[in-house]
Amino acid sequence: MDFVAILSIFVLACFVGYYVVWSVTPALHTPLMAVTNAISSVIIVGALIASAAAGSTSSKWLGLLGVVLASINIFGGFAVTSRMLAMYKKKERPAVAKH
Amino acid sequence: MEQVAVNPWVALAYLVSGVCFILALRGLSSPTTSQQGNRYGMIGMAIAVMMTLVTHVPTVSLIVEGDDYAAIFSRVDKSAVFEILAAIGVGAAIGIVTARRIAMTAMPQLVAAFHSLVGLAAVLVAVAAYLNPVAFGIADVVTPLIGQPFAVIHAVSRIEMILGVAIGAITFSGSVIAFLKLNGNMGGAPILLPARHAINLGVGLAIAWFAFHFWLTQSPFDFWLVVLLSFAIGFLLIVPIGGADMPVVVSMLNSYSGWAAAAMGFTLHNSAMIITGALVGSSGAILSYIMCRAMNRSFISVIAGGFGQSAEAGSGGGAKVDRPWKRGSAEDAAFLMSQAEQVIIVPGYGMAVAQAQHVLREMADKLKEHGVRVKYAIHPVAGRMPGHMNVLLAEANVPYDEVFELEDINSEFAQTDVAFVIGANDVTNPAAKTDKTSPIYGMPVLDVEKAKTVLFVKRSMGGVGYAGVDNDVFYMDNTMMLLADAKKMVEEIVKSLD
Repeated sequence: MDFVAILSIFVLACFVGYYVVWSVTPALHTPLMAVTNAISSVIIVGALIASAAAGSTSSKWLGLLGVVLASINIFGGFAVTSRMLAMYKKKERPAVAKH
Repeated sequence: MEQVAVNPWVALAYLVSGVCFILALRGLSSPTTSQQGNRYGMIGMAIAVMMTLVTHVPTVSLIVEGDDYAAIFSRVDKSAVFEILAAIGVGAAIGIVTARRIAMTAMPQLVAAFHSLVGLAAVLVAVAAYLNPVAFGIADVVTPLIGQPFAVIHAVSRIEMILGVAIGAITFSGSVIAFLKLNGNMGGAPILLPARHAINLGVGLAIAWFAFHFWLTQSPFDFWLVVLLSFAIGFLLIVPIGGADMPVVVSMLNSYSGWAAAAMGFTLHNSAMIITGALVGSSGAILSYIMCRAMNRSFISVIAGGFGQSAEAGSGGGAKVDRPWKRGSAEDAAFLMSQAEQVIIVPGYGMAVAQAQHVLREMADKLKEHGVRVKYAIHPVAGRMPGHMNVLLAEANVPYDEVFELEDINSEFAQTDVAFVIGANDVTNPAAKTDKTSPIYGMPVLDVEKAKTVLFVKRSMGGVGYAGVDNDVFYMDNTMMLLADAKKMVEEIVKSLD
């Protein structure tokens, strides 16, 4: 891909991000941070490439360390997000007060 | 080696994974769709990781020489595959255990720690790409007439790489400081270096200069200097910011971690990384903006740091006249609330510190048994990160349809019998509306003073809020101060409600 094509994806994604994030309900801002954390660890792709590449041992080990760090984030981020989201409940019964 | 050709199916898979990430954020528009959104996120990540694993299988080359032939075979390097899978496994174990064990009150620290990992991972990837650019398909190998062949990194990739490493390093060191502050390993108060603005500006300019020079020369000296200086400026930027400004800091670092991922996505020509980076970057930026707006402060003034410092000194010197105030007991509070038609609870960071959310919900249940309508009012900057109070209340099984944001509930205080303020202070201060000299003037606040009665749970009368300003609500005729630890006080109220 040439630079302009990549830049187009980036710019359009910024706009998508802008509108999608404004529509996130403020009550879920903490899960939003947790899940953005998890997905930004897609940087693991770079770490995987580095650790699979031949040619430089130091590059490979840096890559592997990157894989560990990004995996912590991916698994931890998604797990903590789903743990939080599971707590958001509506009222079980519409009429609570009977007295 | 030639540029690694991009298989259109691979590019398509990364695009799909990017779309999954968009859906993950989209799902958060409502609690009912959020779980599904999170699953989209996981699917997107699985696609991206699988695709990379399949297309980048580590291989070893074997040269087989026979009597009359020589051939080069390449086969899968099993030990390298094992190492990669082991690395994922180790990370997964640490991540899942941490996510299960962490207390909800510690969520700001956890998020800061996670940000630091993204930052460090970005630095590692950028360094790895710098050391082995050919593997990333971002360099041409030049064979000179004399000497060893060497890799020349593409000019565009040099910019992307140096940007990625700089943003990653800032994210890392900044998040480490934020973590230490939020976790209490480091005082929350802003630490102010003399001439810090000049130092920051100098370091910033130096980073820009060496990055520019790296673009020209691809020299390792410039590269490592940018790494070091970026670590330093991340540290310098966050150290002077403290306490209630933390929500902005955490959001800002969230944004940086996104931009770092995007920069690496540019380097690797990977659409999933670019889309994600843009999403996360704008998400953090929007959250920072929302937090700043909720404090009526400019982003620049938050970043400049030191808020609350001068005000603390001022309140001491200002020697206020002792004004009369009323102290109430748990029984009084219980009686007032049980007679009320509607009670609005205003939680703040103090509730999180005292871990009072569970007993608070018990109190609300008891009040409902008495036929009282209970609602919760959340100020955007209550707590130490965006949405902090909502998560804590959700943890305590408070239904989310009883929890309201400032603009949705503020008009209701006038028709409310009791406003129950617990662990919040500045966000209820009417001086923000009337006193132009107040440091919090212009900040949107919850109009608790309009309620018929205000019950204010506070540790003591001595302490002032983070902004260091006195709160007129304390001294109103219809205010009753409940001076105690938040959790103990609510426990006593619950007992009295029986």
